[in-house]
Amino acid sequence: MARFGMVVDTARCVGCMDCVVACKTENRLPEGLCRDWITTESRGQFPDVQLEIRSERCNHCDHPPCVTCCPTGASHVEDYGKTVQITAELCIGCKACLASCPYDARSIHPEGYADKCTFCMHRVKDGLLPACVAVCPTRCLHFGDLDDPNSDVSRLLASRRSHVLTPEAGTGPRVFFLT
Amino acid sequence: MLEITTTRANHLVDPSLHVWAWQIPVYLFLGGLVAGMMMIHGWFTFADRHRRAESVSQLLPALGLVLLSAGMGALFLDLEHKLFVWRLYTTFQITSPMSWGAWILIAVYPALFAALLLRVPEPLATRVPVLRAWSAALLADPARVRFVAAANMTLGALLGVYTGILLSTLGARPLWNSALLGPLFLASGLSSAAALVHMVARDGAESELLARADNRLLTAELAILGLFLIGLVTAPRVHQQAAALLLGGPFTAFFWVGVVGLGIAVPLFVQTLAVGRRVRHTAVAPVLVLAGGLLLRFVFVYAGQVSHYGPF
Repeated sequence: MARFGMVVDTARCVGCMDCVVACKTENRLPEGLCRDWITTESRGQFPDVQLEIRSERCNHCDHPPCVTCCPTGASHVEDYGKTVQITAELCIGCKACLASCPYDARSIHPEGYADKCTFCMHRVKDGLLPACVAVCPTRCLHFGDLDDPNSDVSRLLASRRSHVLTPEAGTGPRVFFLT
Repeated sequence: MLEITTTRANHLVDPSLHVWAWQIPVYLFLGGLVAGMMMIHGWFTFADRHRRAESVSQLLPALGLVLLSAGMGALFLDLEHKLFVWRLYTTFQITSPMSWGAWILIAVYPALFAALLLRVPEPLATRVPVLRAWSAALLADPARVRFVAAANMTLGALLGVYTGILLSTLGARPLWNSALLGPLFLASGLSSAAALVHMVARDGAESELLARADNRLLTAELAILGLFLIGLVTAPRVHQQAAALLLGGPFTAFFWVGVVGLGIAVPLFVQTLAVGRRVRHTAVAPVLVLAGGLLLRFVFVYAGQVSHYGPF
């Protein structure tokens, strides 16, 4: 069984926000809501300065606190790809999942239910890549099965240095950033 | 230097989490208050006080039902997908404190109603005469009475602890991520209930009893708060940053002046003098305890949402 994850090559990302626009378009997101976003992190003192541009989204964690705290089972781990998904018809909008996410990756849809990145599972099930990955002009976004050693993402993680966000939260995030 | 910019600006999440407003602290306060009232009622029932005409026992279940319903109303107002609230009762999610709470609340209502039947308030009995028959059937068997008392004490304890555990299991918010939050909210709920009963009791002995109990509960609450802060400041960096919100940060005045000072220390001092017969009992101390209990929930709910992991 696949375990989907994403790899972001921060050396290639220019923060153009095509991934953000593609996500909003593909998922018909309302105004003022985004499921992925660009974060720019600069560290150090001139001339010793480091800059990292990241395309961020839900980390589809291995141990998702948003799933364990959900009182109705609306937030769940889908068998296919082990991704974290939300069933809108089960969600009561209690917002416990928003409070439980160390990445603040969730928000409330104007219709009242919790909303976040789905890794575009509707596209993946049709053999397509997530919209953000498909449109990225610098090819910095990679998607695939982390448990398959021959997948694009596994090979990148084996050959390059990478990090995840807030590993100390212990949630086992599955979006990796190549440095 | 570290500078982070983001393009994200989602409602309720940015610039910092603000998912829960006044409804949740009010619900947590009323839930804790009713939990304390249930435990006091169970205690009084075991002590056979419910048979006394002047006992506050006959008032507590009815008041509890009203206050809990008000709390549930506040909780309902907080939901974003209100029409789907019934989904809470189509499943039981064992890892979700909120699911536990939903089912505990369902059990609390019949327990409070059974407690009400132990001594039905006269105006209610006049309007609904069948309650007299039910009450007589319940009182006929002492084992049933003891069961009602035990159920109220157990469910009260569960409800009181749950209001704290609800927050403490949300590990992404370091201020809440302490196992002491459950005992703290239980002690605060019991203390608030003792203050309320002390204020409304017509029986002088009961009022005095609850004032003495409240002093011990306030002392316990101070001790738990102290341990809670020690736990935070000696924990990893994110927890120390969370503690800083109360130790010099934006919530410092509300916490130290409102919660600790006016909500615990001052009423503890006044009530200690009153119990020692040095001053008369007045409503000042209980009102301060109740206001402090409410402010405690506001401070924790709001400050907890500001505390976070990161920058990331």
